[in-house]
Amino acid sequence: MTVWIAVALTAVGCYAVKLIGLLVPAGVLERPLVKRLAALLPVALLAALTAQQTFADSRVLVLDAKAAGLAAAAVALLLRAPFLLVVAAAVLVTAGVRAMTG
Amino acid sequence: MAEQTALADISQEDAGKPDSAVLRDALGVGVAVGLSGFAFGVTSAGSGLSLLQTCALSLLVFTGASQFALVGALAAGGNPFTAAAGAFFLGVRNAFYGLRLSQLLALPRAVRPFAAQWVIDETTAVALAQSTRRGARIGFTVTGLTLYLLWNLTTLLGALGADALGDTDAWGLDAAGPAVFLALLAPMLKTFTERAVAALAVVLGLGLLPVLPAGVPVLVAALAAPAVLWAEGRRARSRRGTDGSEPAGDHEDHEDADAHGTAHRNDHDAHEEDR
Repeated sequence: MTVWIAVALTAVGCYAVKLIGLLVPAGVLERPLVKRLAALLPVALLAALTAQQTFADSRVLVLDAKAAGLAAAAVALLLRAPFLLVVAAAVLVTAGVRAMTG
Repeated sequence: MAEQTALADISQEDAGKPDSAVLRDALGVGVAVGLSGFAFGVTSAGSGLSLLQTCALSLLVFTGASQFALVGALAAGGNPFTAAAGAFFLGVRNAFYGLRLSQLLALPRAVRPFAAQWVIDETTAVALAQSTRRGARIGFTVTGLTLYLLWNLTTLLGALGADALGDTDAWGLDAAGPAVFLALLAPMLKTFTERAVAALAVVLGLGLLPVLPAGVPVLVAALAAPAVLWAEGRRARSRRGTDGSEPAGDHEDHEDADAHGTAHRNDHDAHEEDR
């Protein structure tokens, strides 16, 4: 049940912000500070999420095969690989390291 | 404003790409990203969500980063409200995409509630890369449709396949989520400000993990954005104080950063088109 609450809240919230962008008159969200903050918010969230999901197992910090996988993804990004290849590199290298280290 | 500059640049070269070229761009992005719904389906099922919950997320939320964030937070034991808050804040950027798109696409008001669900990173990138309204509309619609169909289909397959795969960690599929985040983050790290925000967010996100309830550290890490903006503003003000003059280019700096961001999006697209 709690999962359904989270699903419903996220669905309603995410749809609402998408619609607001299309409906609101341009001037309202065009203030420089608001735009700056909106551009930086995903940077902060994505950076924190990347770090947590790579280096944490629930609430304990760990260093495992995922770190190697993410390093592979970073290399793929530097080589300007397409999205799907970046994700594939992370998955394959993580699986490979796990297979080798047992 | 930035995209208008970009549009003007493009339209000098060609007065609109042929529809087939727009179609090819749109299908390329739609197919590539759409297929990664498989990773979401597997991750979500592996996080303990049911088939119905997993598919509901892709159908109703339809913004990848928020979906991965939500199932990750739930898997880590976060309560539904903090988990949904993290996913929601990630989705806020779509409002700003919508703002640009509503000017670019000039959609009739009655169509907007339906178009809204497709206002995401990929459709915005493809639409902004086109030089004409017709091209932007085709790009938005084809990318949106392809991505929506494929993302939901592959989510279903991934969720079904998760059972067959058994231990999804052995297949390295737990690395898909963070890799998606990294791929979305990388093009945003253009200037010192963005890198500072990212670095501070990483430190907060990892450092607070052992001491705060699950899901909360990410929300605290989001404060890195206003914190860095505030520090920047302070520095600009103190500079003005010592010089006694307007901080030259402070405002332009910001405009510039934005233009870079957009220009890069277009860049990236053009690059993909080359392949």
